Amino acid sequence: MFDVQKIRQQFPILQREVNGKPLIYFDNAATSQKPQAVIDAIVKYYSHYNANIHRGVHALSQEATDLFEQAREKTRAFFNIPQAKQVIFTSGNTHSINAVASGAHVFVSKGDEVIVSAVEHHSNIVPWQMLCEKVGAVLKVIPVLDDGTLDMKTYSNLLSNKTAFVVVNHISNALGVTNPVKEIIKQAHEFNALVLVDGAQSCGHMTVDVQALDADFYTMAGHKMCGPTGIGVLYGKENLLNQLPPYQGGGEMIDQVTFEHTTYAGLPHKFEAGTPNIAGGIALGAAIDYLNEIGMDNIATYENELLEYGTAQLKTIPGVTILGEVTDKAAVISFVVDKLHPYDIGTIVDKLGVAVRTGHHCAQPVMDRFQIPGTIRASFAFYNTKEEIDIMVQALQRAVNMLA
Amino acid sequence: MATIQDIQEEIVDEFAMFDDWMQRYEYMIDLGKNLPLIDETQKTEDKLIKGCQSKVWVDAQLDNEKVHFTADSDAIITKGIIAILIRAWSGQKPQDIIAANTDFIDQIGLKEHLSPTRANGLVSMIKQLKMYAVAYQSQLN
Repeated sequence: MFDVQKIRQQFPILQREVNGKPLIYFDNAATSQKPQAVIDAIVKYYSHYNANIHRGVHALSQEATDLFEQAREKTRAFFNIPQAKQVIFTSGNTHSINAVASGAHVFVSKGDEVIVSAVEHHSNIVPWQMLCEKVGAVLKVIPVLDDGTLDMKTYSNLLSNKTAFVVVNHISNALGVTNPVKEIIKQAHEFNALVLVDGAQSCGHMTVDVQALDADFYTMAGHKMCGPTGIGVLYGKENLLNQLPPYQGGGEMIDQVTFEHTTYAGLPHKFEAGTPNIAGGIALGAAIDYLNEIGMDNIATYENELLEYGTAQLKTIPGVTILGEVTDKAAVISFVVDKLHPYDIGTIVDKLGVAVRTGHHCAQPVMDRFQIPGTIRASFAFYNTKEEIDIMVQALQRAVNMLA
Repeated sequence: MATIQDIQEEIVDEFAMFDDWMQRYEYMIDLGKNLPLIDETQKTEDKLIKGCQSKVWVDAQLDNEKVHFTADSDAIITKGIIAILIRAWSGQKPQDIIAANTDFIDQIGLKEHLSPTRANGLVSMIKQLKMYAVAYQSQLN
């Protein structure tokens, strides 16, 4: 039984006030809040288990290693990844993307094409521009249509035997629109192109099955799914991860080291040079346990309810235009108010205790596409309520009255 | 002629009359309406201040050894903020602008109510106004 009031009690930060008003946190697309279970996992790790992993023979090191590897197994199961060794722990989603892009010269040659979508955030544009510069490949862009969906017709036309890589986000952070990644992957594979899916906005909000999608690489951010910052995941198909050169050199990632030659360790250690974020990995495991307990289907259903309610309520304010209003989307509402700057609105609603994001959301090309300086973005999570949406709408109405 | 210090104190006194943030913001928005506007033709890339979520253009002219600022912004609150700065500093000698302290921003409760990224915008505005003053001061020397 999904009980939002009970869930809210499990998030200490939701009990605090901002500017003298109860916090209303609608910036979940930037980062999610953490339940007590995750905070406790971090405290417990440092209080009882702290040791370096995979190297000491002493009991503490063994216990810490076991916990870290249990978290890897939980992550594997959560995303239906075939084997635990295909779960690479990184420092975050951006690191995951860069780990692939920096070694992708083994998959992309001079004159090849890399396709990105027009709704990517900078993290999923810049590493690929750097790759293209390095190997002399050409970057192509899938345009976005007025409704915020990708122009799939143009995508099909962009694909050719020259296409080596396609990179696309599962859900756009700026608009919240869910992209048809399964179809994108299927078409890319017909041309033997590889596909990386950026799952920063999907993880923790919907069930993700990397095998059902047939993604070649999938990246995630721990902190957007109730886990701590500084931990992310990279999934890759085994043969591709074996071909991909390591991103960083150091301890843990080696097999044999001499001054003449070093051979690399197997997966996942090849990509985990140095001491990893042990506490972060273990706490991510706790976040996954927590999400599983509530149930990803329950979360997705409830968040969709919030989306529908929020969309309807926002439309009662004259002058509001929602970008990317389509059926298949996450609980993210990106909107503008006629003649008013998002910054002005964000400033006023913040004073009223409502945390929304304003600006270009690190996706400037998206804003250029719609010829706006930015949007106001309200992004919901399963611990938000309809009452909070009502308060946001009242705050917005006050801001509009004040500014108009 | 009132000094920068006099005007800044005057602004602090005006803001002290209000009981809550909403009235202060409304007043700031009003002040924005009196901003000496930058000429439309001067709204160029080099007059744009970096580091703000909204666009802010500032221009400055030296007349009779005093700096006169004009500005504009696409956001109403930002326009109010720059209007307050310009009211205090416009028509003053470059050396006085360079020496001006910005404590009054804190005193009118502006800085504490602006988030770090927005505060950066404010810091950038202050820096830009002072840069103009430095440039004109070197002309005078």
